[in-house]
Amino acid sequence: MKFFSVIIVTALLSLAAGFVFPWWAIAPVAFVIALVVPQKPGFAFLSAFLALAFLWGGLASYIDVKNKHILAGKLADLFFGKPSHYLLVVLTSLIGGLVAGFSALTASLLRAKKINA
Amino acid sequence: MRWLFISLSGILSVALVVFLNTRIGKMPALGEFLSPQHGFWQNAEPAGYNFSEVHKLKGLKGKVNVYFDDRLVPHVYADDPTDAVYVQGFLHARFRLWQMEFQTHASAGRVSEVVGDVALNYDREQRRLGMTYGAEILLAELEKDPLTKSLCDAYTAGVNAYINTLSASELPIEYKLLGYEPEKWNNLKIALFVKSMSKMLAGNSNDFEFSSVQHLFSDEQMQLLFPSVPDSLQPIIPPGTDFLRPAIEPVMPASADTQYFKRSALSLIEEEDEPDEDNGSNNWVVGAKMTKNGAPILCNDPHLELSLPAIWYEMQMSGPSINVYGSSFPGIPGVVIGFNDSIAWGVTNSQRDMRDFYEIQFRDDSKKEYFYNGQWEKTKMRVEEIAIKNEAVFYDTVAYTVFGPVVYDHSFKNSLHENKAIAMRWKALDPSNEAKGFWLLNHANNYEEYVQAIKYIECPPQNFVFASKSGDIAIWQQGAFPARWDRQGLYIMPGYDSSYQWQGIIPQDENPHALNPEQGFLQSANQRPVDANYPYFIPGNYDLYRGITIHNRLVGKEGLTVDDMKNLQTDNYNSFAATIRPLLLNHLQTASLNNDAGRYYQIVKDWNLRNDVIEKGPVVFNLWFDSLESLIWNDELAALKMANKLPYERTLAEALLRDTAFSYIDNVNTPDKESLTALVTEAFLGIIPGLDSLNQQGKLEWGAYKNTTVYHILKKSMMPFSRSGLPIGGGQHIINATQHSHGASWRMVVEMGAETQAFVVYPGGQSGNPGSKYYDQFINTWAAGDYYRVWVYKKGDEAHPRARWKMEFLPTNN
Repeated sequence: MKFFSVIIVTALLSLAAGFVFPWWAIAPVAFVIALVVPQKPGFAFLSAFLALAFLWGGLASYIDVKNKHILAGKLADLFFGKPSHYLLVVLTSLIGGLVAGFSALTASLLRAKKINA
Repeated sequence: MRWLFISLSGILSVALVVFLNTRIGKMPALGEFLSPQHGFWQNAEPAGYNFSEVHKLKGLKGKVNVYFDDRLVPHVYADDPTDAVYVQGFLHARFRLWQMEFQTHASAGRVSEVVGDVALNYDREQRRLGMTYGAEILLAELEKDPLTKSLCDAYTAGVNAYINTLSASELPIEYKLLGYEPEKWNNLKIALFVKSMSKMLAGNSNDFEFSSVQHLFSDEQMQLLFPSVPDSLQPIIPPGTDFLRPAIEPVMPASADTQYFKRSALSLIEEEDEPDEDNGSNNWVVGAKMTKNGAPILCNDPHLELSLPAIWYEMQMSGPSINVYGSSFPGIPGVVIGFNDSIAWGVTNSQRDMRDFYEIQFRDDSKKEYFYNGQWEKTKMRVEEIAIKNEAVFYDTVAYTVFGPVVYDHSFKNSLHENKAIAMRWKALDPSNEAKGFWLLNHANNYEEYVQAIKYIECPPQNFVFASKSGDIAIWQQGAFPARWDRQGLYIMPGYDSSYQWQGIIPQDENPHALNPEQGFLQSANQRPVDANYPYFIPGNYDLYRGITIHNRLVGKEGLTVDDMKNLQTDNYNSFAATIRPLLLNHLQTASLNNDAGRYYQIVKDWNLRNDVIEKGPVVFNLWFDSLESLIWNDELAALKMANKLPYERTLAEALLRDTAFSYIDNVNTPDKESLTALVTEAFLGIIPGLDSLNQQGKLEWGAYKNTTVYHILKKSMMPFSRSGLPIGGGQHIINATQHSHGASWRMVVEMGAETQAFVVYPGGQSGNPGSKYYDQFINTWAAGDYYRVWVYKKGDEAHPRARWKMEFLPTNN
């Protein structure tokens, strides 16, 4: 249950931060949550990763569908030589997930260290 | 041990963010670029986007309403005309900001700032041509005149009002991809846009090419190879028109024979960015007597390098004192081609030579003095500061002489010997106020007001075709043209003697023009404007065949309709091929053709002379004629190492039609005397392997061979933002002048009846955003030769079914 709550809170706070702060605000958001909420490092990584993968992937998919895939198709063609809009949705999702995941992992390891000490 | 994990994870986390926040080469910083709330996803416009908005903006005098129709064409209604221009600036920026800034950067020679040192030579040439220098002169004129000052100020304020609302996430995608941000707009940028048009349309003079060809041929031969008046010319001004006695009679300098017409030293200057010779256009107008509805019909299709975002932005500007509809250039105020309640007008390029080059002798490397009229004159120095992305600033010192800037000298592309350099005299660097001319034309109500308005157009000179609701039709070739002595300025001229200067400008009332001619119609298609009776020497890059086709299709006609005009504008009949194919077929030794070659012979023989998409004849014909051209000229021109000016296709065609024993047919490298029959046959046999290969690739049909492509402004680096493989016919010498990436950039047919009927299309769309469905919305319609019927907003049309969205602009003091 905690696992899912963390995913939802991370995603919502990241979304809110995105309206005000630069893109990398997702890293401190995931970091702080992992510092506050006790989770094993693996779960901390996974929950933050999934939170951002869902958030960025979800936002990207929503925008992409409303856009009828016009721009994502063109950019996939530009970057990968293949006009497949999925490529960019997946890449977006993956990048968001990794940034948040590693940030949360670090915080979680730090937290565990402090508690042990 | 734990600390190690923490450190590793921490370093990895930070490194990941830093890496994703860094631009690497051409790859944008991926974190920001992919973030759905910041990056490119923000440019992915929803297909059902609602463009209705309310803006409260400083600098407006009153309320302005903009009604967008289903094609995203804005219909601006403003009580004050400068408010209409303010909102025009806002809308241009809203839909085309990246393009208008990039084009004015390019004009100013500031591309290296954006893309790095690959553009340095381009930028240096722009600076050395005096593009910014000329823009500053124009700016002074624009701001000296209260009318144009107020227009430019309003336009600039509108552009900046939009830029001020723009957040980083809303930047056009090209900024995100290239990694830079827009700067504030200013009036100089308006002037820079006008100068870029001058370069595109009046910046091609072929002086270097002609000078190097002159190295090989005598003056008499040059006149034969590059004649002034083609045999089959169908001029803009109906033949037989009487011209005024010339007010200026330029005098050839006494030393011309020995100093100018002599065979030149081999000149090896190759311009970095030479405007396309085929920048041209068609326009014509048929008078009321020739039309079914008894109203004049005016047509125009300007031919330019096609681009996405498109060069044109369609709009209507209306209010109590103005009501004009047509195409505008994002970058300048007003409408360039269009119609109002009383008149319609269109433009084609005059193609006349507005630029000459002079050989300068500097005293020494310092470029501070040059020899002129027997003494050392001082130059003026202008230091150009060229910012280069990721590199140190490059400084280029340009010397200015009595003629103008020294474009090519020992520091830039000069292969001439010691201290010699090339200065340029270009009409585009003289003071003028074209913006005023177009604004007055937008308001003109009749022939007299049209003539008054266009007098302000000096460079680039245009053929202004005209029709009024009162039934007048007219055309003026308008510009400020140098009065030249015979053959002045074809080649590089001596720069040490004032007698080689331009001796005056042809008085405006002597410019070629016609009003309500007996033939009932007027046409221009970049041909020489007048027959040989015109009293001035007027060199230029003229076309011939489109004018002939248009003339032949209009002369003596009655009952013409808008549909007839659309069909004519998109016509693929090839007058050039019609002229020369019979001669080629007659001289081909068919007995020497094997089965394979015989098949191609049948194709070209049975061809219907139309460059339609599915025809194979145009491919065979074009390759055959090109091959013949090479066989005829290459032996004589082989001594020239660089790409040079071949005599025009029309000149060769007319020479062969006159005389099949044309002396240049002979290959000077063989003892035999070659015949036309031998060459035509050799040319044909020579193209068979190429045709076989095209056939295997499926490119024997004209559409596939030509592969019409509308490139993004950044060309091949942005292919996914381009549209290629468009199924459209036409080509060079054809009314539908669509080549591979060049052609009709706007098509307009206007019937000036009681209720104006207008039909337009252009190869692009109203939005400059590649993520919008309005980016390339019109391209398929354009390629198919179809048009959109224009909706002209009238006050009270707020609830009109075509008024899809409404943008309100309200003045505010904050």
